[in-house]
Amino acid sequence: MSAVEVAIAQANRDRAGALIGYLPVGFPTVAESIEAAVALAENGVDVIELGLPYSDPVMDGPAIQKATQLALTNGFRLQDGFDAVAEITSRVSTPVVLMSYWNPIMQYGVDRFADELKAAGGAGIITPDLVSDEAADWIAASERTGLDRIFLAAPSSSDERLVRAVEASTGFVYAVSTMGITGARSDVDIAAKTLVARLREAGSTSACVGLGISTAEQVREVLTYADGAIVGSVFVSALSSGGVDAVAKTAASLSTGTLA
Amino acid sequence: MLKDELGPYFGEFGGRFVPESLIAALDELDAAYNEAKNDPEFVAELAELHASYTGRPSIITEVPRFAEYAGGARIILKREDLNHTGSHKINNVLGQALLARRLGKTRLIAETGAGQHGVATATAAALFGMSCIVYMGEVDTERQALNVARMRLLGAEVIPVTAGSRTLKDAINEGLRDWVANVDDSHYLMGTVAGPHPFPVMVRDFHRVIGDEAREQVIKLTGALPDAVVACVGGGSNAMGIFHAFLDDADVALYGYEAAGEGHLTERHAATLTRGRPGVLHGARSYMLQDAEGQTIESHSISAGLDYPGVGPEHSWLKDIGRANYEPITDAEAMDALRLLSRTEGIIPAIESAHALAGAIKLGKELGPDSVILVNLSGRGDKDMETAAEYFDLIDSAEKASAEDRKASDKKAADEQNAAGNKS
Ligand SMILES: Cc1ncc(COP(=O)(O)O)c(C=O)c1O
Repeated sequence: MSAVEVAIAQANRDRAGALIGYLPVGFPTVAESIEAAVALAENGVDVIELGLPYSDPVMDGPAIQKATQLALTNGFRLQDGFDAVAEITSRVSTPVVLMSYWNPIMQYGVDRFADELKAAGGAGIITPDLVSDEAADWIAASERTGLDRIFLAAPSSSDERLVRAVEASTGFVYAVSTMGITGARSDVDIAAKTLVARLREAGSTSACVGLGISTAEQVREVLTYADGAIVGSVFVSALSSGGVDAVAKTAASLSTGTLA
Repeated sequence: MLKDELGPYFGEFGGRFVPESLIAALDELDAAYNEAKNDPEFVAELAELHASYTGRPSIITEVPRFAEYAGGARIILKREDLNHTGSHKINNVLGQALLARRLGKTRLIAETGAGQHGVATATAAALFGMSCIVYMGEVDTERQALNVARMRLLGAEVIPVTAGSRTLKDAINEGLRDWVANVDDSHYLMGTVAGPHPFPVMVRDFHRVIGDEAREQVIKLTGALPDAVVACVGGGSNAMGIFHAFLDDADVALYGYEAAGEGHLTERHAATLTRGRPGVLHGARSYMLQDAEGQTIESHSISAGLDYPGVGPEHSWLKDIGRANYEPITDAEAMDALRLLSRTEGIIPAIESAHALAGAIKLGKELGPDSVILVNLSGRGDKDMETAAEYFDLIDSAEKASAEDRKASDKKAADEQNAAGNKS
């Protein structure tokens, strides 16, 4: 089992399930984003998802777009991402996966990217705009390095594609709760529950739900059927309005949703 | 046969690099398109719209007075500027709108740069009784204000995009985000031969009519195939449309002219094939302008329709296999060509198309007086009058002052309208 699978399984044994927390590297600065990620780990987050800023983030809503745009304006480099992973993993034992659009990885070189991430202590990559059909190089690199490859599954995916996503993924499958982009929503779509049930039928033992989750109540509800709840925009908003302390408080509050 | 390529890949280019949420919609579209293109009823309906709505076939016009400046080569224009709505864009829009209707979609989403694709989409939405939302970079809403007004008059909602470079690439991002969230009732009507499969193939096919007509027309006029076929390349739809018929005519040279802005060796250009390298942008692998780390670089061109850091995958392939040549044309070269065609032939071209004309001038000098060059005149220049007036200083200062006043009050009214629109 990979470190991510272990963390999720353990959270499901001890509590209702796992809390996965997203923050982008370099927002508002690289140093503060590292502190904020550590704060996630220290306040009940089981897996850290670090986003790499990208110029054309089609899966992201306004909150994350604004943060990653600022990071780019401030001169974010991929090396900052590897450095952040190295520092976070040296301070906390929580596994760290990257979330990256495909072009930066492709330009860096898939193998070289995987090697650097592995060396930094990273656990895997979530690829929002790379479906497994186009991912032969990445699948090979992940086999070679043992990094987890986390693909997305959507309410619109056919049964056949869900099987494919489950078979291609390691660590967990990222179940997109709604047909949309990142951002806090007042209701988590009931589509998420149906999707997770369909993923179970497709053989998934590790399905985590993301998009729109922003309260402990929503985390609790999602964990009644899923293995993990992925939270992003609300941490980004907390970081921009109240700094690292606000991230710590938000994580602590959301993690109460994981208690059975 | 090069003509037979159907995607999803052209060599190593193309594919579907999109969120999983969109795959089902792309599969549905692909299946519907393959069915429709073999359905005589669909084909007949589109042909009827071309004939009775767009005004096809578009004519060709030989331009001897202009050609004197192009080494005396024979220059023949394919007049897509005479189409209803003023450019080639309508060919693709009518095809996709018919397809959207077949799929039961009631809402069209489009991105637009120059506004020509947005206007064409708003037009089709009005014709078919669909609702229409157009994303347009804020920079472009300012330099193509007339087209914003046209779209609104046609009943479309125009959303200025303030993210990133505030031009076409960011408008495409917003269009894709909207589509992910509204795929049940909405069709994303991509305006060029870029994007994930099946868009590059489908959009090319809907524009093939340009080259199919022109090939016959030129043969009828001159008794032979042209020596070269030239077009401007933004995303590449008008170029693919006219190139396609000639792909397997080995003796016909194909030239695509990209926007070099202030010069392709400066940092302000949109010369994707000349200066870019392969990467993934907007759902396909193709040449693109990017930095060493794969971040998209903002493009620059006086022409909003060519101001795009990507290009369709079929062009990347045609470049790499050496079948087509791609050359940069600066803002200044394009604007000179725009004025030259206006003065010598009484035809005011779109600034986009003026890039093809500037290319034809250079090429004519190379190929000499015995050569025949077919130029795709992709659009007319009405939308560009403000840019041209400013560039050539065509408005006297008193008139300019009152025009400025009008612009300020127009902008205020537009802002108020936007503010009201946002509230509702
Ligand atoms: C008249 C005209 N020509 C060309 C273009 C560029 O697009 P493409 O390269 O897809 O033909 C545009 C785009 O807006 C246009 O309006």
